[in-house]
Amino acid sequence: MKYCLTEKIGGGVMSLAQALGQTTLMFRSVVFWFFRSRLEVSETVKQCVKIGVDSVTVTALTSFFTGMVLSLQTGYSSRNLFNEPLYIGTMVAFSMVKELGPVLTSVVVAGRAGAVVTAEIGTMRVTDQIDALYTLGTNPTRHLLVPRYIAFMITLPLLTVLADFLGIAGGAIVGVVKLGIPTSVFMNDIYTYLEISDFMHGFLKTFFFAFMIATVSCHKGMHTKGGAEGVGKATTEAVVASMVLVMVLDYFISALLVAVGI
Amino acid sequence: MIEIKGLGKAFGERCILKDISVDIKEGELFSVIGPSGTGKSTFIKCIIRLLRPDAGSIMVDGQEIATTGSEFQLAKVRRKFGYLFQEGALFDSLTVMENVAFGLKYLTDLPKSDYPRIVKEKLALVGLEDVEHLKPSELSVGMKKRVSLARSIAAEPKYILYDEPTTGLDPVTTGMVKDLITDMRAKLGVTSVVVTHDLKLALEISSRVAMLYEGAFVEVGEPAKFRQSENKEVREFMEISDLSRK
Repeated sequence: MKYCLTEKIGGGVMSLAQALGQTTLMFRSVVFWFFRSRLEVSETVKQCVKIGVDSVTVTALTSFFTGMVLSLQTGYSSRNLFNEPLYIGTMVAFSMVKELGPVLTSVVVAGRAGAVVTAEIGTMRVTDQIDALYTLGTNPTRHLLVPRYIAFMITLPLLTVLADFLGIAGGAIVGVVKLGIPTSVFMNDIYTYLEISDFMHGFLKTFFFAFMIATVSCHKGMHTKGGAEGVGKATTEAVVASMVLVMVLDYFISALLVAVGI
Repeated sequence: MIEIKGLGKAFGERCILKDISVDIKEGELFSVIGPSGTGKSTFIKCIIRLLRPDAGSIMVDGQEIATTGSEFQLAKVRRKFGYLFQEGALFDSLTVMENVAFGLKYLTDLPKSDYPRIVKEKLALVGLEDVEHLKPSELSVGMKKRVSLARSIAAEPKYILYDEPTTGLDPVTTGMVKDLITDMRAKLGVTSVVVTHDLKLALEISSRVAMLYEGAFVEVGEPAKFRQSENKEVREFMEISDLSRK
């Protein structure tokens, strides 16, 4: 029994060390091909559409309704405590731009686009299409990974800006229509207390999230084994790992940004 | 010329290739036969360094590729090769036209305007017409293999590696692929390495045949000599192949 437990822990540590090593090598290769070869522009644009544009609807709906429910909950809580809804604009805007906008968008993108990237690369791996790239004069890192990294790094921050805006808009609609807050008061609460550094706090985090989602999705795809079953397994693992890591990374990056005054 | 010396490859504790040495001369059609799972695909994947050998040396036109760590040197050597994958390995997201033209973009300096003409020519060579706009999912197994073959010869490589070129094909297409392999050698002087478990095909088309058994070449020789081999494994494989043809 003891032996089995030790074996399991050892195996887990070995797998983690192996994954970290593979990820480091993959990232080194991405950096190498990013600087040493001409960018695959059409493939990068195609990936921006797949990862970014195709995620607009789900991001918009998620953030809009999150802003609405945020406004509703804080409005009624405030009314119970102070007899009127106070600083709802400030609460909604702060929550959206600093936390909910970046984190929700990252979770949505990890679940939708991250899964697509892992499944696509994983299928290419198990059907020899990755090897075919080598034989046709290009490199999989250059052709597949670099465009996807760039697409995640460009589109996730942009989607977050959209999510921030729509979340606040959703909150404003509920604030004005349901809670009876005048539009000028709602907007004034935002302008008075929200600073550009608050927006930057959330915006900067998305670059770290984008990098992490790209790394996990590409790594899981590139190391897929075992046919269709393996592709399904790799995709699930990539989505779960990305979502958990977004939450974990969120705390540490937030702490770091707060420490440096952003 | 491809010079292989002491090639060894293992996956974990399972040794697949042991101390293989062979020279494949210019213009030669070299076939490797053996039962499934003996390491034939591993052998040709090592030649083009899709798999890194654990031991030995592979020289392609005087350039060592078994041990080099340089991506650029590897890419330079790989440019000389065409590779027909066992399952075709066509890119799902691209049309037949884009698949066949894919290598032209990276392996040649030809203008893009020439691609449609070249693609049509190569597709005609493998007996396909009016399929340029189709996606791989719309093709049969045999058509996929032929498109893959057209893709591997599009850039007119110096060496072509065929991994089970006739597996899954009907007899008519098998004959067509067989003729194509011999034509590539006769007309363009291409050096070919074919791995197959189809002994009949290997003996008909090859200039030399090698039998891979338990990770080593147990017999290498011209087809006529190969037929006379006294090696136990070769005799058994020939008997089984003869029986399977009856």
